[in-house]
Amino acid sequence: MRFRAKIVDLACLNHFSRIINTIAKLAKTCILRLTVCKLYFILSDKVANGGASMWCELSQGNFFDEFQMEGVAAEHNEIYLELVPDNLSRALKTAQSAKAVKIKLTNKHCPCLRVAVELPSLSSSSRIVTHDIPVGVIPRRMWNDFREPSVPDFDVSIYLPVLKTMKSVVERMKNLSNFIVVEANLSGEMNLKIETDLVSVTTHFKDLGNPPWASADGCRSSAQGRDLESMAEACIDIKKLQQLLAGQQVNPTKALCNIVRKRVVHFILLHEEVSLQYFIPAIA
Amino acid sequence: LSRIGDELYLEPSESGLSLRAVNSSRSAFASFLFGPLFFQLYEPGAAGPDTELFRCKVHMKSFLGVFRSLPSLEKSVGKCLILLKPRASRLVLQLHCKHGVTKTHNLAFQECERLQAVFDTQRCSSRLCAPARVLAEAVVHFPPTLAEVTLGTGPGGKISLRNYVEDEAEASKTMLTELWLAEDEFQSVAVCPGSHITFCLKEFRGLLSFAEASNLPLTIHFDEPGRPVVFTLDDTVLEVHLVLATLSDLENNSQSPSTNRDQREHSPSCSVPGSVSHLPALSDDFADDLESYMAAMETSEGGSGGPPSPTFPLRTPRLAQSDPEDDEEEEGAVPGTPPHKKFRSLFFGSVMTPGRPGPAITEEVLAEDSDGEC
Repeated sequence: MRFRAKIVDLACLNHFSRIINTIAKLAKTCILRLTVCKLYFILSDKVANGGASMWCELSQGNFFDEFQMEGVAAEHNEIYLELVPDNLSRALKTAQSAKAVKIKLTNKHCPCLRVAVELPSLSSSSRIVTHDIPVGVIPRRMWNDFREPSVPDFDVSIYLPVLKTMKSVVERMKNLSNFIVVEANLSGEMNLKIETDLVSVTTHFKDLGNPPWASADGCRSSAQGRDLESMAEACIDIKKLQQLLAGQQVNPTKALCNIVRKRVVHFILLHEEVSLQYFIPAIA
Repeated sequence: LSRIGDELYLEPSESGLSLRAVNSSRSAFASFLFGPLFFQLYEPGAAGPDTELFRCKVHMKSFLGVFRSLPSLEKSVGKCLILLKPRASRLVLQLHCKHGVTKTHNLAFQECERLQAVFDTQRCSSRLCAPARVLAEAVVHFPPTLAEVTLGTGPGGKISLRNYVEDEAEASKTMLTELWLAEDEFQSVAVCPGSHITFCLKEFRGLLSFAEASNLPLTIHFDEPGRPVVFTLDDTVLEVHLVLATLSDLENNSQSPSTNRDQREHSPSCSVPGSVSHLPALSDDFADDLESYMAAMETSEGGSGGPPSPTFPLRTPRLAQSDPEDDEEEEGAVPGTPPHKKFRSLFFGSVMTPGRPGPAITEEVLAEDSDGEC
C-alpha cells in the first residue's frame, strides 16, 4: 500500500487547501478514499456524526502534478484512511507560497500522511516543513460502510439562493433557534423558517429555479401530476446548515438541494473540479 | 513582558532602567534594560553607601493601561515622564500631550527584592543568531496553542524546530510538525552538534514579536537540556534578555545526586490538552525534594506500575520515574492548581550578573516563593 503525490502549482494548491478547509468545517474526522483517478472525503451517517453525512469527490488530475497510488491489493486498488481534516488544513495553511507540496503515506511509529512543504528562502537551500498527520488505515472489510450514498427519492429539488445571502440569514437565525425548517416547492420558491416561543422568522426566496432531473420514474419529474405550489419541508439542525454554508469560500458553479419531506435535506454543491454532497437528516 | 508575568518590576541603576517580569512558576524571566541614552533625561537617583537605588513592582495591567492605544499615543503624546516617589508610595507616569493637556497617572507600587535570574550566556555551549523575521516565519507553522517546541541541530548544520509531544499515546494522535532551517539563514551559528532543547513557545512568541517590530536580530544561547535557554536582543540603547527553563532530557542526565543541585530531573508529565501549561512552583527546599526523589527512584526500578495519580491522567511512562515524580509533584505543587508539565526549574538562586565572567556574587537570595506573596 503506497501513496505519494505532489502539487507544484500554487493555484492548484490554493484550490486544494480551500476544499480541505471546507471539509474540516464539516467533519472532525472523516475518511479519505484514494483511487487511481480520484480522492473522496467521506463522512458516513453514523449517530456519532449527528446523522449528517458527506460525500466529496475530486479528480486528482486537476490538482496534483504527480499522483501514485497502490491500493491494498491488485483487485482492490484503493486506500481508505481515517483522518482529522483539520490537521491537513493546518498543514496546508502556511504552505500558500510553497515551491512544492508532497504528500506521502508513511508508517514510522504509526501510519501517517506526511505533508512536506518546500518553502522559498533567502538561503541557498529551501526551507522544508514536514507535518506528520496520524491516520488510521481502514481495513477492506469495512469499506462497505463508506459507499456513495444514493440520491434520495426527493419531493422537491431546487437551486439554492446566493450562498452568501443564505449564509447571513442562517447565521442570524442561529442566534434565535437551534432548528430551522427548510421548505421549497417546484415553482422555485424556498422558505427558511424558525419558530420559538417568542418569535418566528421566515425568509422567502423566489425565482430560484428547479433543476431538471432525468427521471426513470415518470411521475417524479412530470409537472402535470404534481402540485407545483405545494411545499416540502424538513426541520434540521441549524448548526449543521450553518457549518455547510460557512465552509463555502468560493461560489459553486451549481448549488441545489433535494428535500425529502420530514426525512432529509440533501445538498449538492458543484464546482468545476469538485463535487460536494451533504445530507442533513430531519429532526423527528 | 505582560506575556510573562502579572507584575512589572522596575529597577533603576546607573546603567539604565531595567523593566523585568517573571512568571508564576519561575520558569520564565525577561528583562529589558534601557540605557540612559534611550531617555531624554535619566536620573536614577542617589544611592548612598548604605542604601540602594529604589526599586519596586507594579501591576502589569495598571502600567499597560497608561499606554493603552499606541497609535493614538504616537499622535498625541509629546513627552512621557516616569517618576518614582518612594515617600508618596507612588509611581508617577505623566504624559504630556498636545494642546497643553497633561495626563498624570499615579500607580501604587510595592517594594520588592531584586529580581534576577541566574544565567550566564558565556557558559552556554551553543549559540544561534538570526534575524527575527526568519524565526517568526519558522514559528508560524506551529499552531498558536502549541505549548512546547524543541530546537535542535541536525546533519549538514541544519537547525530544526519541532513541536514537542510528551508521550507515545499523544504522539499517535497529534500532528507532528518539523521545520528545517539551513545554516545560512542564520547570521551566526556556533552549536554543539546533536544538541537540542525544549522550551515553551508562548513566552518566546512575545519576544519574537518585539524583535520583529524593532527589526533586531535575535540570539539564542543554549546548553544541555534542562539548563535555561537565553534569548537576547542587543541594541545601542537597549538590552533584552528572555530566560526560559528547558525540559531536561532524562536519558542524558547523570545519575549521581551529588552533582550540581540544578540537575533535578523530572519526567515529562501530563498536560491537559489545550490548557496553558503552568510549570510547578519552585520548592524552597531543594535538598529534601532531591532526596525523596532519589530514594523513590531507587526503590521503584523501571516501575511502570502503581496507581495513577488522581490529579494526572494515566499515561504510558516512557521514563521509569513517573510514580516518584507524582509524589514529588504533589509535595511542591500549590494545591488546587491544574496539572502541569514538569520542566526543570530553574535558575533563581543567588544573584549573578548575566554575561560577565567572575561575577560578584552577593549574599542576596533571590526571587524565592516568599517573594510571590507580595
